[in-house]
Amino acid sequence: MLGDLVNALADLKEKEALEIAQDRLSAGDEPLSILNDARRAMETVGKRFENSEYFIPDLIYSGEILKEITDMVKPKLTQSAEVKRLGKVVLGTVAGDIHDIGLNIVDFMLDVNGFEVYNLGIDQPAPNFVDKIKETGATIVGLSGFLTLAFDSMKETVEVIKAAGLRDKVKIMIGGGQIDEEIRKYTGADAYGKDAMIGVLLAKQWIGAK
Amino acid sequence: MEKAIDKTQEQLELWCSAPGIEFVSKEAEEAYKKRTKRITDAIQLKKPDRVPFVPMWEYFYARYSNVSCHDVVYDTEIARSATRKTITGLEPDAYQAPIFFGVGPLLDALDVKQLRWPGHGIAPNMGHQFVEEEYMKADEYDALIYDPSDFMLIKYMPRECGNLKAFEALSPLRNLFAYFTIYPGLFAFGTPEGMEATHKLLEAGQASLNYIAFLASFDKEMHALGFPCWHGALAGAPFDAISDTLRGTHGTALDMYRQPEAVKEACEKFVRIFLDMAIATAKINGVPIIFIPLHKGTAPSRDGKGGLMSLKQFEEFYWPTLKKVMLGLIDNGLVPNLLIEGDYTSRLEIIKDVPKGKCIYHFENVDIHKAKKILGDRVCFRGSVPIRLLVLGTPQEVRDSCKELIDVLGEGGGFIMDASMASEDVKPENMRAMIEFTKEYGVYK
Repeated sequence: MLGDLVNALADLKEKEALEIAQDRLSAGDEPLSILNDARRAMETVGKRFENSEYFIPDLIYSGEILKEITDMVKPKLTQSAEVKRLGKVVLGTVAGDIHDIGLNIVDFMLDVNGFEVYNLGIDQPAPNFVDKIKETGATIVGLSGFLTLAFDSMKETVEVIKAAGLRDKVKIMIGGGQIDEEIRKYTGADAYGKDAMIGVLLAKQWIGAK
Repeated sequence: MEKAIDKTQEQLELWCSAPGIEFVSKEAEEAYKKRTKRITDAIQLKKPDRVPFVPMWEYFYARYSNVSCHDVVYDTEIARSATRKTITGLEPDAYQAPIFFGVGPLLDALDVKQLRWPGHGIAPNMGHQFVEEEYMKADEYDALIYDPSDFMLIKYMPRECGNLKAFEALSPLRNLFAYFTIYPGLFAFGTPEGMEATHKLLEAGQASLNYIAFLASFDKEMHALGFPCWHGALAGAPFDAISDTLRGTHGTALDMYRQPEAVKEACEKFVRIFLDMAIATAKINGVPIIFIPLHKGTAPSRDGKGGLMSLKQFEEFYWPTLKKVMLGLIDNGLVPNLLIEGDYTSRLEIIKDVPKGKCIYHFENVDIHKAKKILGDRVCFRGSVPIRLLVLGTPQEVRDSCKELIDVLGEGGGFIMDASMASEDVKPENMRAMIEFTKEYGVYK
């Protein structure tokens, strides 16, 4: 009887989760179904984070175990692994700021929740966001920033997106550090997320609204 | 029965007596002594004459004086004059030493990887930022615990300083206990790369000496003008020592699950490292207040959600060794000044467990009513006009924030006014509003 991968990963039992994934692969189990179970486990992780049972280290650890499972399974994927993608998101930390812990957590939480994520990384000048939006046709943009200088960088990025004629084609969310409604208004973004799960919620709402 | 010596009182009184300071005038001497007494009273939960204003100013010195961050990081004369201009212009009750200024030559000599600084990976008019990486690998806890000095010299510094890479080849210095071990033991200093790295180290050594001389002469000048410095040394939470600059946030998050005992043992090691360093440095600087920024133990929001660790992890990994550092400092009459980043409303009961009247808790963000209720008879509060208000708000909004803080946290004494965090891009008129209001409204009757 093969073990329960969903619970093992959701409970952050690394050794057990990896053993189960390996056993299932060896037993000829469909690689895609293993990945899907891993994704279901991450939904539970997300819920536990929302309930304050899990915290940032739990998200980081679960992301790490997920990556190990994905690395194990991906080489065995025979059929097209195109999981239905809800939508495309461009993420990045704005110009002048190099914080990325939150950014990377939002990245993989959006990914496991069915979004195609284009993570530009840190210290991204506004034009880079514009280029990526044009290239991918993404309809959601996430701006990350932690320092007070990020407020102005975010504002500028929103303005540059507007100047490129793309403002009404995308929804923009901001997050990081002490971001709040005052800052959201200042930057001209559509919404702010206090944490990664709210970011996922916003993305889902925006996709649902289209 | 002999009265137990209150070491904190002793050290604070010594600080107030201004030993060895040659004041420029009688007025300067009076001002200095008034200011130190004001702060001392607040720390000891007494009512001072008024709420002291002690700001954490860093790159604000450059902004206020209209010089660039690059200028102050590279040119100690510009740094000196910008810092002096801000302090003498705005007249806080104590100043923060410009510890991030004048370090450019040292960063260049070593080719430091752990920072981006003005002109190096960051625009010339922005302050430095920290580049978090795993400078210590997951399997290196044993090496760190066994011989920290060896680890710093042979593993950590070669990774974090591009020009010291050759030190990776050094033989452990602990082997140099006999003439016959010295014979072969120094060879790595003699290779071309080893010699090159050693030259860079000497260059860095000169830069470090210039840096210390700059800070010492600056202190001397400001003291003479009547302004005390608010900190005598730095210390930290041992967990942060490992998580900030060695393993990184990502690394320690995984380590807490994969090797919890190693993390705890490494934290224990840092208790004494911090204590020895802080006690010695505070003595040299003659200021008994110790600056302890707290990073990785936090929750970012009021309800504790989304924290960098759970409450349970805080109690297991973060607090015990932080508390040991704090108690060790207190035993030596020194005052831990905790800069509590994030929101510790969920942790107030835990951090209450310290002796009364001997600590400053500078909360970035906290439920001030809960904090006053739980900690009001235990610690001196410091802070926390939100930086967001000082950057984006109006002087009236700033005054309103100050009033609330003085009314709630400052009631009965035990309160020092400051912003929620270090000041960089704040509007000067907002800073002025903060200071003037504090000096007026903060008078205790």
